[in-house]
Amino acid sequence: MRRNITPLLFLFPALILLITFVLYPTVATIWTSFLSWRGWRSTGFAGLDNYMEVLSRSSIINLRRSFLKGPPLGALLHNIIWVVIHVPLSMFLGLLLAVLLRRVKGGFLIKSVIFLGMVIPMVVGGILLRFIYDEHAGVVNAMLRAIGLGWMARTWTAYPDTALLALIFGSVWIWTGFCMIVYSAGLEGIPEELYEAARIDGASGFQIFRHITIPMLKPATMTNLMMTVLWDLKIFDIVYVATFGGPGRATTVLALEMYLDLFFKIPSNPGTAAAIATLLTLITLAFAIYMVRVAMVRK
Amino acid sequence: MRPRKTTVIVHVIAWLIALAWIIPFLGVFMASIRPYSEIVSGWWNLEKFNLTLENFLKVWNHKNYPLSKGFINSFIIAVPSTIIPILVGTLAAYSFARFRFPTRDLLFLTIVILMSLPQQMVIIPVFLLTKKLGLWNTYGGLILLHSAFGLPWIVLFFRNFFVTLPVEIEEAAKIDGATDFQIYYKIVLPTSLPALASVAALQFTWVWNDFFFALIMLATPDRWVATQIIPALKGRYFIPWNLIAAASVLTMAVPVIVYALLQKYYVKGIVGGVIKG
Repeated sequence: MRRNITPLLFLFPALILLITFVLYPTVATIWTSFLSWRGWRSTGFAGLDNYMEVLSRSSIINLRRSFLKGPPLGALLHNIIWVVIHVPLSMFLGLLLAVLLRRVKGGFLIKSVIFLGMVIPMVVGGILLRFIYDEHAGVVNAMLRAIGLGWMARTWTAYPDTALLALIFGSVWIWTGFCMIVYSAGLEGIPEELYEAARIDGASGFQIFRHITIPMLKPATMTNLMMTVLWDLKIFDIVYVATFGGPGRATTVLALEMYLDLFFKIPSNPGTAAAIATLLTLITLAFAIYMVRVAMVRK
Repeated sequence: MRPRKTTVIVHVIAWLIALAWIIPFLGVFMASIRPYSEIVSGWWNLEKFNLTLENFLKVWNHKNYPLSKGFINSFIIAVPSTIIPILVGTLAAYSFARFRFPTRDLLFLTIVILMSLPQQMVIIPVFLLTKKLGLWNTYGGLILLHSAFGLPWIVLFFRNFFVTLPVEIEEAAKIDGATDFQIYYKIVLPTSLPALASVAALQFTWVWNDFFFALIMLATPDRWVATQIIPALKGRYFIPWNLIAAASVLTMAVPVIVYALLQKYYVKGIVGGVIKG
């Protein structure tokens, strides 16, 4: 008999916390997104109205603007652009550094430095990006001046055509350390005999990399892909601090739009904020579940 | 044997990358120890160099947003938000790892799925609920929220760790008449110290670094955590780089020290959970 109750007792505190602060709020957010609101008071069922309203906003999807003209293209597209540029760059750089630094003296120290971007608060990350891109105080412009491109110097985060890309490239600097650490751990897990056997068979360095290292790193690649995409979708702090979504919404993202609806619009609109949060969660969960399923099939 | 030349080139490239990577940190550090006028003309200019600690003193005792208060608040929130979910999470993880009960796998899967949930998905009801309970704009409300939100990955991490522990010792203790809780408390937890160090380092860092939850849950400036103070120092048109740099250096020093002291555990916490999956 005791056996039956013990597991529950052990689970009880965790379940209480999870239900109160995670599970119930998740369901309640979905419910909130289907209601119409006047300020913080709900006035009835709204069906999909909040979703229609949100998706037709130019700050979420800017349909009137041609894609080639660049931002502001709307938060949803900015998030997607973020993923498309940031994920491959961070993963490629992370792999390159993990491989390169294995044979370098002091590689451990360099790895620690690169990983620092992951350790610091993202608020500080956002400050650092705003700082390096500053017209006068920023080191990026100092470098441009040093190589004779001084005419390009400007506060890169202050212009709609460059702000989003500036933040995305900056986020590569912040995140690459994560990909590198995961790839490093993956590399250490590859048995030395595999390389030796390949060398005895006369395989070239590139062949070994292509046919042994890359396939053996598949779990690390999956992890990096998943974590990086999720991080990009949830991005908030960096944008809030560096640009607050500006100029002219050119760097806004979904998480920020949700926050603005809730605490910046007068009156607040919990309905549309909840709709944005639910959309963000749907995208995130769909991707996470897809990745987990792919990983399970592999096993 | 590789030719010597490539080795040299690889080393040069590697150290150049490291240098490039550290420049933003170097910049913010230099900005924190120099007066404002020397920062706007470029922290890399060393002709006129006035070392000063004034920036640190100014933000630490700032008249509107003292970072000293922010540090105290951050610690008040981050320490319990690390301890509570570890206690609660290890208990749950042990249950998942050792006991059989109906709906166990479904329950575990649900918790794992919750791991990828964006903070935005819970904040509206949590905001309303804590307001109703009088927990909004209090340390307690934010601590509970952080504790709950950290639970999914902590439960997953410890469950994966506990299943690797040999079950024989626990069974022997059971035969000797130990209760399940005694086994968990006296045998399982002490043998899990490395895992505890990993989770404590990561959870503390995440809570310390968090901005979004604090932004919504703490409204009055004297309760703000350190990460809330940094953006508040930034004016609308004027950015006091010297003060912001000093506040940034101090605020990031805490997680950097945790990382430096617990590096091995820190990295294990990140790759351990994900690689073995």
